[in-house]
Amino acid sequence: MLKSLSTAAALALGFGPADAQGPPELVIYTYESFVSEWGPGPAIAATFEETCGCTVRFVGAGDGAALLGRLRLEGARSDADIVLGLDTNLTAEATATGLFAPHGVAAPALDLPVAWDDPVFLPYDWGYFAFVYDSALLAAPPRSFEELIASDISIVIHDPRSSTPGLGLLMWVKTAYGDRALEIWEGLAPRIVTVTPGWSEAYGLFLNGEVDMALAYTTSPAYHLIAEEDDTKRAALFDEGHYLQIEVAGITAASDQPELARAFLDFMLTDGFQGQIPTTNWMYPARTPADGLPEGFATLAVPETWLLLSADAAREGRDAALDEWLRALAR
Amino acid sequence: MASRARTIGLGARLAGASALGLVAALTLGPLVALALRAEPGRGLGPAEWSALRFTLVQALVSATVSVALAVPAARALARRRFAGRALMVTLLGAPFLLPAIVAVFGLVAIWGRAGLVSGVLAPLGLGPLDIYGLPGVVLAHVFFNLPLVTRLLLQGWAAIPAEQFRLAAQLGFAPRDVLFQIEAPMLRAVLPGAFTLVFLLCMTSFAVALTLGGGPRATTIEVAIYQAIRFDFDLSRAAWLALIQFGLCTVVALTALRLAADAGFGDGFGAAQRRWDADRPGLRVLDAAALVALALFLGLPLGAVLVAGVPGLAALPASVWSAAALSLGVALASTALAVTLGLGLAVRIDAARARGRGRATEAFGLVGLAASPFVIGAGLFIVLHPIADPFALAAPVTAAVNAVMALPFVLRSLLPALTEARSVDGRLADSLGMRGVARFRLVVWPRLRRPAGFATGLAAALGMGDLGVIALFAPPDVATLPLLMQRLMAAYRMEAAAGAALVLVTLTMALFLVFDRWGRGRVAA
Repeated sequence: MLKSLSTAAALALGFGPADAQGPPELVIYTYESFVSEWGPGPAIAATFEETCGCTVRFVGAGDGAALLGRLRLEGARSDADIVLGLDTNLTAEATATGLFAPHGVAAPALDLPVAWDDPVFLPYDWGYFAFVYDSALLAAPPRSFEELIASDISIVIHDPRSSTPGLGLLMWVKTAYGDRALEIWEGLAPRIVTVTPGWSEAYGLFLNGEVDMALAYTTSPAYHLIAEEDDTKRAALFDEGHYLQIEVAGITAASDQPELARAFLDFMLTDGFQGQIPTTNWMYPARTPADGLPEGFATLAVPETWLLLSADAAREGRDAALDEWLRALAR
Repeated sequence: MASRARTIGLGARLAGASALGLVAALTLGPLVALALRAEPGRGLGPAEWSALRFTLVQALVSATVSVALAVPAARALARRRFAGRALMVTLLGAPFLLPAIVAVFGLVAIWGRAGLVSGVLAPLGLGPLDIYGLPGVVLAHVFFNLPLVTRLLLQGWAAIPAEQFRLAAQLGFAPRDVLFQIEAPMLRAVLPGAFTLVFLLCMTSFAVALTLGGGPRATTIEVAIYQAIRFDFDLSRAAWLALIQFGLCTVVALTALRLAADAGFGDGFGAAQRRWDADRPGLRVLDAAALVALALFLGLPLGAVLVAGVPGLAALPASVWSAAALSLGVALASTALAVTLGLGLAVRIDAARARGRGRATEAFGLVGLAASPFVIGAGLFIVLHPIADPFALAAPVTAAVNAVMALPFVLRSLLPALTEARSVDGRLADSLGMRGVARFRLVVWPRLRRPAGFATGLAAALGMGDLGVIALFAPPDVATLPLLMQRLMAAYRMEAAAGAALVLVTLTMALFLVFDRWGRGRVAA
């Protein structure tokens, strides 16, 4: 409190940090859970600062669409050098704003299920969306959306209008079922206990036993396994395949530290960054570190097929898919 | 007229004017900023109109149910004395002060599909309960607001001079005569304002509506605004929606306040009330039932929050204490601001009331609640970003916004007491030529102290729980308690989050208690 008040006073008097002499500052906009003390942010910043001769400032600015909205509000005046935390459902729209510059990395070495050729954004982690259940309570999890529809299992999902995973589920159903998506959503409606604004409410309802399954990732059980030594949480594998979330970072066109920003993107694909991802962000690293993945990750369920819309297709199909979702669930 | 005008000191007039200015700057200002910055968007579609309909329906139902249930609850509390009564009155402050997400988990633990009630029903072959949808939204809103209205009504009852009940007893009034002759006029004075308050609170509901609403059919305008800003970046639609929400709230506030009548009970000697009329077995059973129902309805979800939080206390990170300190600092700053501004505004409105005016100002003081936190956040951001680093201003901006949000509660509490002081002792004080500080200390303060304590407590506690603005502004190393909770949950640490929630609730309650107790002095409320 006192600290920020005195900073405010300093700013009002015209002695902002911009005037301070010192190492250059790299400003990275990202989502809250990335920068919190349990996320990858603090360790990554410390490692990069050892070699870059700079200071890294993470700014938590809401997830996915909110990050982009924030950047659009600020426009060319933004302090951000890098935006980290968009996914492929948003990159086409982000590119179209003209607020991002090409990353310039020729052929990044990546361990993604898909080939990567986006000239503006580079991935830093990825995962499969999945429904997570408690194997002690649910003996026979559904093996497809259609089995889920035919069962009496209760689920909780996120609102695609306020949550990035929620939007991911929307795209999952659309990619798996195309023209039948409306029918699938109508079938799912009775199974959906409620639709939450975001991750916390949904996962909380699941852990409290209010629902049988919650929308999460195939890697979510790794948290319970590694941090809590609890192996009862599992991800249900669906025959239709699982939609991928690939999280990316990009350099802003208005960055006053483009060289530093590029150096950070190079660093992003090294072990100093990637090694933090599995046990802080609980996702697969975009490039597997030399030591491999932590032990618990080997026991995770791995889908046989993955699904993913191209960035352009995701952007074009979003509004129609959302209308479908609203129509099916608003009754 | 001239002498009336002089009774409002310069300081009060200044505070009143700044209050109006700050409310305008923080509610209408961001809206204008948003509208100016907006590019033409897609306008309002059927989804927005259905959100509007749902918002209105749930707010009307929630406010009506809260007010209707509060009357028997407050009446029972007003006319009974029992062990634990003071504790119960104090705990009435608790639900309202819970952050939405904590309350939702508490309610689900009792009323959910896997909740206590479903568990009791299961052996009988019934259930599980399915509250998701309009019932869940109303349930949560009643849980938040029923105790608030009960407290406001309790103050109304306490303001009735004890002599009136004595006289009623001497005249042989039956309970229904007491109801119609004494209690009904008080209710008519207090209920419209309380109704408006609850209605406005429910209009801008976000997390509750989304989590317990069961799906997109329970979309509120606030959700539509969120979608417009964050999802579609359609600022013009957000501004339109915010304007409609604002307009609707203003119309409802003005209508409800027009229905309110000044009670004007006349004076008493401030003796403790004794209720001869309520001394009947039937009424005693009725009141006992109302009190037990109230205690269970509020106590069980609160108990669930407590039970969930205790194991999480051990898992709390050290940062919880700096977050708590920041929360406390922001809360105290916003309290000082809210109470100063509220008192100034109340004095101004009361002076206008004496001339039969002031409704518009009063409504204006209330509609701070009708402003969408998302619009405030985005609008302030647009205004501040070119001139200063919004992150550096996180704490003071949050304090200012919280103060405007708390202003309606301060006004609601202080106004009736001020009006009463004027109508009862005003002429005597005028004839004695009492002005300024002496008048305030001797005439106004004795009546103001109790509601002032309550209002200060509420304002402080509200400042603790607010997340909306700090979430947009706060850099990662500046976390208030609600934000820390959110971060813990996003990092899968639900147990620690429940512990943080418990710390938040305890601190909030303690803060509320300190002020409320101070206001009540040694007299039981």
